[in-house]
Amino acid sequence: MEIAIISGKGGTGKSSISAALATLSEKVVLADCDVDAANQYLLFNPSHEEEQAFIGGQKAVINPETCNNCGICVPYCRFDAISFSRQGVIISETACDGCHLCMRICPHQAISMVNSDKSRLYAGSFRNGRMVYGRLAPGEENSGKLVNLVRDKAKEQARKHKLDTIIIDGPPGIGCPVISSITGAHQLIIVTEPSLSAMLDLQRAAEMSANFHIQTHVIINKYDLDEDLSRQIESLCTEAGIGMIGKIPFDPQVVEAMTHSKSITEWAPDSATSKEINKAWKNLIASQ
Amino acid sequence: MDKKQGKMLPLNFKIAIASGKGGTGKTLVATNLFHSLSKTGIPATLADCDAEAPNAKLFFKSKEESTSVVTQKVPVIDESKCTYCGKCHDWCNYHAIFFLPQPQVIKVMEELCHGCGACLAACHFKAITEKDVELGVVTTYTASNHNNLVEAHMHAGVYSPVPLIKAGIQAAGDHQMTIMDAPPGTSCPFIQTVARADYVVLVTEPTPFGLSDLKQSVETLREMKKPIGVIINRAGMGNQEVYEYLTGENIPLLMEIPFERSIAASYAQGKLITEADTLWKSIFLGLLDKIHVQWK
Repeated sequence: MEIAIISGKGGTGKSSISAALATLSEKVVLADCDVDAANQYLLFNPSHEEEQAFIGGQKAVINPETCNNCGICVPYCRFDAISFSRQGVIISETACDGCHLCMRICPHQAISMVNSDKSRLYAGSFRNGRMVYGRLAPGEENSGKLVNLVRDKAKEQARKHKLDTIIIDGPPGIGCPVISSITGAHQLIIVTEPSLSAMLDLQRAAEMSANFHIQTHVIINKYDLDEDLSRQIESLCTEAGIGMIGKIPFDPQVVEAMTHSKSITEWAPDSATSKEINKAWKNLIASQ
Repeated sequence: MDKKQGKMLPLNFKIAIASGKGGTGKTLVATNLFHSLSKTGIPATLADCDAEAPNAKLFFKSKEESTSVVTQKVPVIDESKCTYCGKCHDWCNYHAIFFLPQPQVIKVMEELCHGCGACLAACHFKAITEKDVELGVVTTYTASNHNNLVEAHMHAGVYSPVPLIKAGIQAAGDHQMTIMDAPPGTSCPFIQTVARADYVVLVTEPTPFGLSDLKQSVETLREMKKPIGVIINRAGMGNQEVYEYLTGENIPLLMEIPFERSIAASYAQGKLITEADTLWKSIFLGLLDKIHVQWK
């Protein structure tokens, strides 16, 4: 069973809750799909058994020796990446989308494509099972593809090590890497908090998940920071037919646990927070 | 005196407010800085570049001024002219053209298309034309003391917020100071936003997650040769590692926002701390001074 955890808004506690769910009891595969800001390895210090380069895309490069600055490629580029400069025709690496068109139309074969291969995929074991995570190199695109790779690897690990549960810590937002994180997953948890921003992002995330026919649940983190807003979120979920599986209180111990490289359920297993997370897990299993 | 502080920087100075990790308080800083400038009479525009989750507007009573739709070109194939040669399929680097030579099938998968125009250039038979599809909207609002807020908003399911970000920054213009609320992370959307900034303020929190993401942002921005400073939000929680890192790397600590329930609660309700407390207003204006010292 694959359980994806997303949030819409960043900073609601998605990763802390994913870490807690990954260390409740049975061994799991933890897939950190927040490839732009992978953090689970900080808590769990997994072994590095496998490392794989990920080709995030390609960038066009001009060979100044063969380029005669005819400029034919300039108007073809839809990403405004090619321009005239004092040094002749240049391509901006950050603006290039990697479409290959300039390379194909250059009459002098002066343009080639270079792989962006700084992104990585890692797999190893951690104290409660196996862990897979991706790290996207700065400025790279195609994080959705890296997410797919992390998930495939996680499934392979689950088969190999006979583990039933895969916990997917997804990225924030509602874009391509989020869609890659939840497509085909069996259960989705959206972690929210009582703030207007988080509520708006929860609605966006719920709208998106509705298109994927995936059983969706909500956890309100730090619910007691504004109980009024928490009630509004609850009725919003009821209207949308989304089950509320847990309301977690604001608890400074969550950060304390993090600074000691522990999940909250490991650090303070008897705290109200840990009990609520346990309850949320049971609710999730029961709802299946 | 407050006015003078703003005038020391170029009038069209662009400050990006960014963070590696989501939820560190980027929008809190961007909205309160913008509000402080507005209240002081400094002309400024707030550009909400977090096109996947724009939230800055929640903090202002705003009036919509204008809105524009951001589109992208996608190909349309005229099957009566198509010879099924497959060249457009070969040239498409995004696998957006589904093609079978036998039986003859050709189909554009619009959601995969990046609008690069390669298929159009590939086709020798004038079988491909283009149409516009909507990626999102950019809306300009009057938000705070006649200053404008520009919001870029991507539709769900669009492959990248970058075209929206570009359009949003363009709509914000170049005639006055611009505060850009950047998207989280260090991937393409972040780069496209900070590439247009004169200075980048990184907002972090003093936790291991905050530090790890801060380091990645710092490395990226140093490669881009952008001047940077850091704001620590929720100061008092977590540990000292972020402070030690900043000292070690010689990165200016611009401001600390204490970890207080009252600040979290007012933010949650869509309120500005600079509205309720004039001390915060002068602290936020003081940011410009610190940025100026570093920038000149």
